[in-house]
Amino acid sequence: MEQTLPQPAHLHAPPEGFLRKYVFSLDHKVIGKQYYGLALVAVFTGMILSWLMRFHLVWPNAKVPGLDLLSKTGAPGGVITPEYYLSLLTMHGTLMVFFVLTNAPFAGFGNFFLPIQIGAEDMAFPRFNMMSFWTTAAAFVVLVLAFFIPDGPPISGWTAYAPLSAVGSDAGPGLGWGQNLWAISIGLFCIGQLLGSLNFIATTLDLRTKGMTLMRMPICTWAWFITSCIGLLAFAVLLPACLLLILDRMAGTSFFIPSGLVVSDRLQNHAGGSPLLWQHLFWFFGHPEVYIAILPAMGIVSHVLVTSMRKPLLSAKVIIYSMISIGFLSYMVWGHHMFVSGMNPFSSLLFSFPTLTITIPATILTLIWLGSLYGANIRITAASLFALGFISMFVSGGVSGFFLAQPSIDIYLHATYFVVGHFHMVMGVAAIFGILSGTYFWFPKMFGRMMNESLGKLHFWFTFIGTYCIFMPFHYLGLVGNVRRYASFVDDFMPALMPVHRFVTIAALITGAAQFIFLYNLIYSRFRGKIASANPWDGTSLEWSIPSPPPWNNFGDKHPVIYHDPHQYGVRGSKGDFVMQDSPEQIVTG
Amino acid sequence: MGKLFGVVVALIAIVSAYPIVAHWYVQPIDISTHGHAIDEQLADTMAEAGLSFLAAQLLLGFFVWRFSQRKPGAKVWNIPGGATLMVAAAFILVGTEILALGVLGQKAWANVYFTPPKPDAMQIQAQAGQFAFYFRYPGVDGKFGPLHPDKIDEGNSNFFGLDPANDVESRDDIVSAELDVPVNHEIQLLMHAKDVGHSFYVRELRIQQDFVPGLDLAVHFTPTQTGKYEIVCTQLCGLGHYNMKAYLNVLSQEDFEKWMKQKISEQ
Repeated sequence: MEQTLPQPAHLHAPPEGFLRKYVFSLDHKVIGKQYYGLALVAVFTGMILSWLMRFHLVWPNAKVPGLDLLSKTGAPGGVITPEYYLSLLTMHGTLMVFFVLTNAPFAGFGNFFLPIQIGAEDMAFPRFNMMSFWTTAAAFVVLVLAFFIPDGPPISGWTAYAPLSAVGSDAGPGLGWGQNLWAISIGLFCIGQLLGSLNFIATTLDLRTKGMTLMRMPICTWAWFITSCIGLLAFAVLLPACLLLILDRMAGTSFFIPSGLVVSDRLQNHAGGSPLLWQHLFWFFGHPEVYIAILPAMGIVSHVLVTSMRKPLLSAKVIIYSMISIGFLSYMVWGHHMFVSGMNPFSSLLFSFPTLTITIPATILTLIWLGSLYGANIRITAASLFALGFISMFVSGGVSGFFLAQPSIDIYLHATYFVVGHFHMVMGVAAIFGILSGTYFWFPKMFGRMMNESLGKLHFWFTFIGTYCIFMPFHYLGLVGNVRRYASFVDDFMPALMPVHRFVTIAALITGAAQFIFLYNLIYSRFRGKIASANPWDGTSLEWSIPSPPPWNNFGDKHPVIYHDPHQYGVRGSKGDFVMQDSPEQIVTG
Repeated sequence: MGKLFGVVVALIAIVSAYPIVAHWYVQPIDISTHGHAIDEQLADTMAEAGLSFLAAQLLLGFFVWRFSQRKPGAKVWNIPGGATLMVAAAFILVGTEILALGVLGQKAWANVYFTPPKPDAMQIQAQAGQFAFYFRYPGVDGKFGPLHPDKIDEGNSNFFGLDPANDVESRDDIVSAELDVPVNHEIQLLMHAKDVGHSFYVRELRIQQDFVPGLDLAVHFTPTQTGKYEIVCTQLCGLGHYNMKAYLNVLSQEDFEKWMKQKISEQ
């Protein structure tokens, strides 16, 4: 368990030249920022797509000025067609799940801070690291390209269920080259993540500095480590799934297509495949993916909370073990996405039980966070507000999971807005709160300048109240049976629910607009923010022991030695109520 | 600002729970024999999940209200019981919920999937295709003729790909765009997908089942109230997905027989 590489040699020379410094950099910090930047572009694109969808749902005939420039067929005269709605939906989901929720909290912050928090000079394989980012960037370009081809983006949703996604353009617009680009993009993304996960695992296991035992790693380092283990197994299944899909589409194979299908009056020349195979492969990745998004957020939130509360969490060990059990259980629950898919009903019971069981470690985490607040002295900052908001969102999104984990209730709630509300709260918004908390917290370290706290708090209130206004009503809509993924509500039943949809759309427009406060704060502070000290939040972990921003080789030529775990708050240290991990001073409690 | 956070979280919790407690949003009437078990299960889950939600949010609000922005350097302390109490509480609270809901509640699932249809259940074939449902009754001979995908010809209303010229059993098959069934009679729906994945969802029946291409599934149910109910597709199936619907007409035995006679005479 002890560290294994006491004096790491220089992993690479100081960067020289613009390209090596900023573009094809081998520096984990630059790569971390690149991932974060990519996620930022993706999140604002994804958000604007969601605006268009919400807008279309409540004002289906209204024109969106300029949208016809993007797609003449998808939005003739600026009016969104039903198929373009599905394109927006597919691209929104794909961008958000892959390029935001996987990139920012894991690859972005993880790249920047994991090596520093364990006292390493860089990642174990800097070249791999650069490759994984640029493969991910290529995946992003390939995906976005779908907007600009005549066929348009795919309409099969981010889950790309076969055979809709497999039979080609017969099945509808966007399912020709649009779907090809999607499958290639996700395949590339998987390669990037696999390289990244290997790198994270090797770095954590091999490059810890003297005294940095596994249990002395900060909780967020643990979270990234567990996430990389999950990612290694999950993306290793999605990659071949994408390859098989590409083969079905381009090489005439039939992995996911059975015989006798008549699509658009054409008998398809395929036989022997199984649509359920795609679902199994996809969700075998898809459910762990939820934890790939949320575990780093849990780590970040624990890290921010412990710094803000000025006392240790009730038990860091329990948090770490809970996260490990969540990671382990996340592989046994994928079938809960398939209760009504025609899978054997006995399997549904088998998948239901671990799904309910995963609530136990999740509840332990929540209770540890809650219980730790008791008796604390919480410093209210934009970062801590988002961390506290995360707990609230995680609880709200978590309890609705209890409904969907039960196959009998899922018969009624499956494919309704209840599901949309559930996953947006628990993996979307909660993870985003983790990212935002991390951004306000670590920005000074990353860029050497402070973000504006007042704007940060304003951003928090809009986002916190706004997201509740958007996603809580989704649960009510689902309870009465409002079906998801509908471009408009032309049936007998759902038009009565339009006032709720209108409320949600207005809330989404306002909450989305408030994100530009964040963007402004980010850009303004990058250049004009107050100069940050090395340790503005009185933190104990290693990133706060070096200048803001850190030099290219992190610790200079020194190699930090670790004497304590990172939870030494509420003690009498020489600098205040905390003792840093690399400080040799004795801990005096009280 | 910690106090404000406390108040806002408490307000959000109460405002979120109110529409549920006030029964503003409830599922539509249940017209099936198995649905009440699902509804009960849903109500029990709502009670347990709702209480957990309120308790957690209110505690979060209270703790942040009480323990934020105290004097710098103020003494901090731990909750009595510490982590052990939290772990024990999680195991006891959630463990009980899992037992209560997960294990006992499987009855509702069993009602739908593990009880085989009665031998006299009426068999009807449902076919889903982009973007319409069609239903086929076996006719007087009680037998469905075989399907020939290559014979599907929507222009000539051959939605299923029947070949009455060569298949004797297909000749009396009745095809309808609406699902007409007699009340209080068990129906077994044989599900067939023509092109891509679709789903059969009737809110009032508490039934949702995917159509999977290449995998012919069956569900069974007994409608208990006459009336006209909407069948919608809930599996994303392409550009017309939002508009893919049909109707379930639950008729009295008499009306059903009349309807059937008329259909036979139309052939």
